[in-house]
Amino acid sequence: MTAEPKIETDRGGRPFERRRRPGELVIRSFLFSCGVLSIAVTAGIVYELGKESLLFFQDERVGFLEFFTTSVWQPQVGGFGVWPLVLGTLYISLIAMLVAAPIGLAAAIYLSEYASQRVRGVFKPVLEVLVGIPTVVYGFFALTFMTPVLRSVFGANVVGFFNVASAGIVVGILIVPLISSLAEDSLRAVPDSLRQAAYALGASKLEVSTRVVVPAALSGIAAGFVIAMSRAVGETMVVTLAAGASPRNFTLGQDPLFGYVLNPFQGAQAMTGYVAITANGDLGYNTIDYNSIFAIGLTLFFITLGLNSVSRRFVKRFQQVYE
Amino acid sequence: MSIEAPERPKAPELFPGDEEYRRHLGGRRRKAVIFQMFCLAMLSLAVLSLATLLYTIINDSFGLVATVNENDPEEIVAGLGHDPEVTGLQDLSHDQLVGLLEANVSRGVGRRLEREQRFYEDRLVFESDATWAEICSSGGSPTGCTAGPRPHADVLQLVNERVVVPDVIASYPLVSSLLDPAGFEQEVTEEFEAGSFPDHDIEQVSIEWRAWFNPTFLTTPQNSTPEVAGIRTAILGSTWMVAITILFAVPVGLGAAIYLVEYARPTRLNEFIQTNINNLAGVPSIIYGMLGLAIFVRLLEPVTSGAVFTDGVPPSDNGRTVLAAGLTLGLLTLPVVIISAQEALKAVPDSLRHAGLALGATRWQTVRSQILPVALPGILTGTILAVARAVGETAPLIMVGAATFVTTDPTGPFSKFTALPIQIFQWTSRPQPEFHNIAAAASIALLLLLLTLNAVAVIVRNRYSRRAE
Repeated sequence: MTAEPKIETDRGGRPFERRRRPGELVIRSFLFSCGVLSIAVTAGIVYELGKESLLFFQDERVGFLEFFTTSVWQPQVGGFGVWPLVLGTLYISLIAMLVAAPIGLAAAIYLSEYASQRVRGVFKPVLEVLVGIPTVVYGFFALTFMTPVLRSVFGANVVGFFNVASAGIVVGILIVPLISSLAEDSLRAVPDSLRQAAYALGASKLEVSTRVVVPAALSGIAAGFVIAMSRAVGETMVVTLAAGASPRNFTLGQDPLFGYVLNPFQGAQAMTGYVAITANGDLGYNTIDYNSIFAIGLTLFFITLGLNSVSRRFVKRFQQVYE
Repeated sequence: MSIEAPERPKAPELFPGDEEYRRHLGGRRRKAVIFQMFCLAMLSLAVLSLATLLYTIINDSFGLVATVNENDPEEIVAGLGHDPEVTGLQDLSHDQLVGLLEANVSRGVGRRLEREQRFYEDRLVFESDATWAEICSSGGSPTGCTAGPRPHADVLQLVNERVVVPDVIASYPLVSSLLDPAGFEQEVTEEFEAGSFPDHDIEQVSIEWRAWFNPTFLTTPQNSTPEVAGIRTAILGSTWMVAITILFAVPVGLGAAIYLVEYARPTRLNEFIQTNINNLAGVPSIIYGMLGLAIFVRLLEPVTSGAVFTDGVPPSDNGRTVLAAGLTLGLLTLPVVIISAQEALKAVPDSLRHAGLALGATRWQTVRSQILPVALPGILTGTILAVARAVGETAPLIMVGAATFVTTDPTGPFSKFTALPIQIFQWTSRPQPEFHNIAAAASIALLLLLLTLNAVAVIVRNRYSRRAE
């Protein structure tokens, strides 16, 4: 006969492992609800933006088709074509990327492939400081430094007081650290064996960097580019302060493409700029202006969401290769 | 029979095509050097742009100014029987300052100022006691009925604004002021000769150094005259708002992070929560502002205006309050707090968890007494950095309607308020150059605040990580 295994019990005679622990359950539920709150935030964004946008499109002055096909944004006289605002946003982001992509990538290559530990110790914090500066200060910088510089270089009659170029360049400076830090991370993640193999074949440092390391890190670098683009599209303060408040309405085929539609030296309102300017001041609820900013916001939300998921796909591909 | 030795090559050719290899070598080296220089130049360009940005701000915050005062402060002080060499306006007593206002300001303006905020706790200067009692007993009474008396700095500001009435007619940035002070004087004289200032006499102009960023600037309230405006209201507004942001975002964010790292099994729901948080971190801040406008300002107006907490008149007549803005920024900061706290929790070695659970501790006991203390420095650092980001946010505040012109300090979560970034935005968008000067000075204040927060983050990390070792 064997002795019954002794079961540890609490004072109520209940085995410890089966003891109910209401405290644990409460804490667990609280923590769970904290996690679920994030879903509620997303749901709230989609619901509110969607609801107000629906009200916007139901208004008799607005046509759903007109919103996406016409290119005149003049809410005062019932012009509700979103393209001038999209053009402003994309144009500024494009200039920003033209500025930031070479600077960010070259800086990343230097930091990862060339720089000594000491040089990295100096430059990395500087790039991090650039991230930490509030965007409204960048806006001040665009308006009081970049615009006057452009005006004195290209002539005050060519460059408007509000212009796309100034906003684009400063947004570019703002997103350089995003590109450089993500690109540097992925360059450093490329295994050293690849570099050593290339050196053994007699490649120079330039050839190792541009033909071996950069291609190997390409999806990580691309992810950085896309994230930076998404940030540029959502950037508000620089765009509001430096690019002006008049949408660049155009008629394709009629207006000169480079003289007007794509002139970088004149102002153009961006989507975020329109939203900020319209909301600044007493905005009555249930007006067409109020509803219109939500329709613009929804468009912006989907653009950035799309860009962010593209970038995550790139990151995932990069991780699959090296992990 | 002898084996013929193979013919040896004449030149030491290492491998086929060696000659060509050598021919290209110089060019390849050159290219490599050029490329390295290019990369370094680009990196330096990024650094240079930071330097230029700081230069622009500092350059605009200090420098020579040409001022015309309607009443000379020295004469005012002398008129009160003081020696202007020793005593300045700021050294005058509260009574003297109020006396100056009484003597120089019209009765109507004085009444308006008094209704905004009184000068004395126990007596009225411009209003009669009877009228005062009447306006304060009716509904929608002005702020002066409840708020405490004006502090010394505010009265001094009023005297400056209403009695001295300084007008900066021209200003020079720092570097030009240092290099060419005579040029400024000449420029001002030429402007006068050209007849740019028909209202002023050149004799009245005093040219002097002015630091737009100075202690008075930090301690005086907002004002529509840039010469006397300050940022105390904005600093206090930012502080209140960030306090609410922290109260909301830190517990919730930490809770979500603990759930995801310590509790969540890889179910579809939990994976969805994780993806969703990553997505939220990429949503532009202005969209959070729209959410805040729709939910906190509009839908929850009874709560954010404080109406549900009081029976009578709500503390604010709409939801555009500190509370609404703080909660909006809280939502904005939440994903950042969650992600950084997750990183910190994931960095805690699993052996600690196993040890805790093996000793019979429950999951929460393990988290509370084993994991959190170790992860704390990381969590704190991440949180402080997230909060620093929230302090600098402007777009969401514009959306929830932080008032751009508020001269009274916020007194609680239901106050109307303005914030530092909003002030900078507002002042930058004004065309007059003096507003750019104070926008630059306010930018310095904001950057110093962020620098302090970052320094605190570093100190906290160092101190706690040493203790944990």
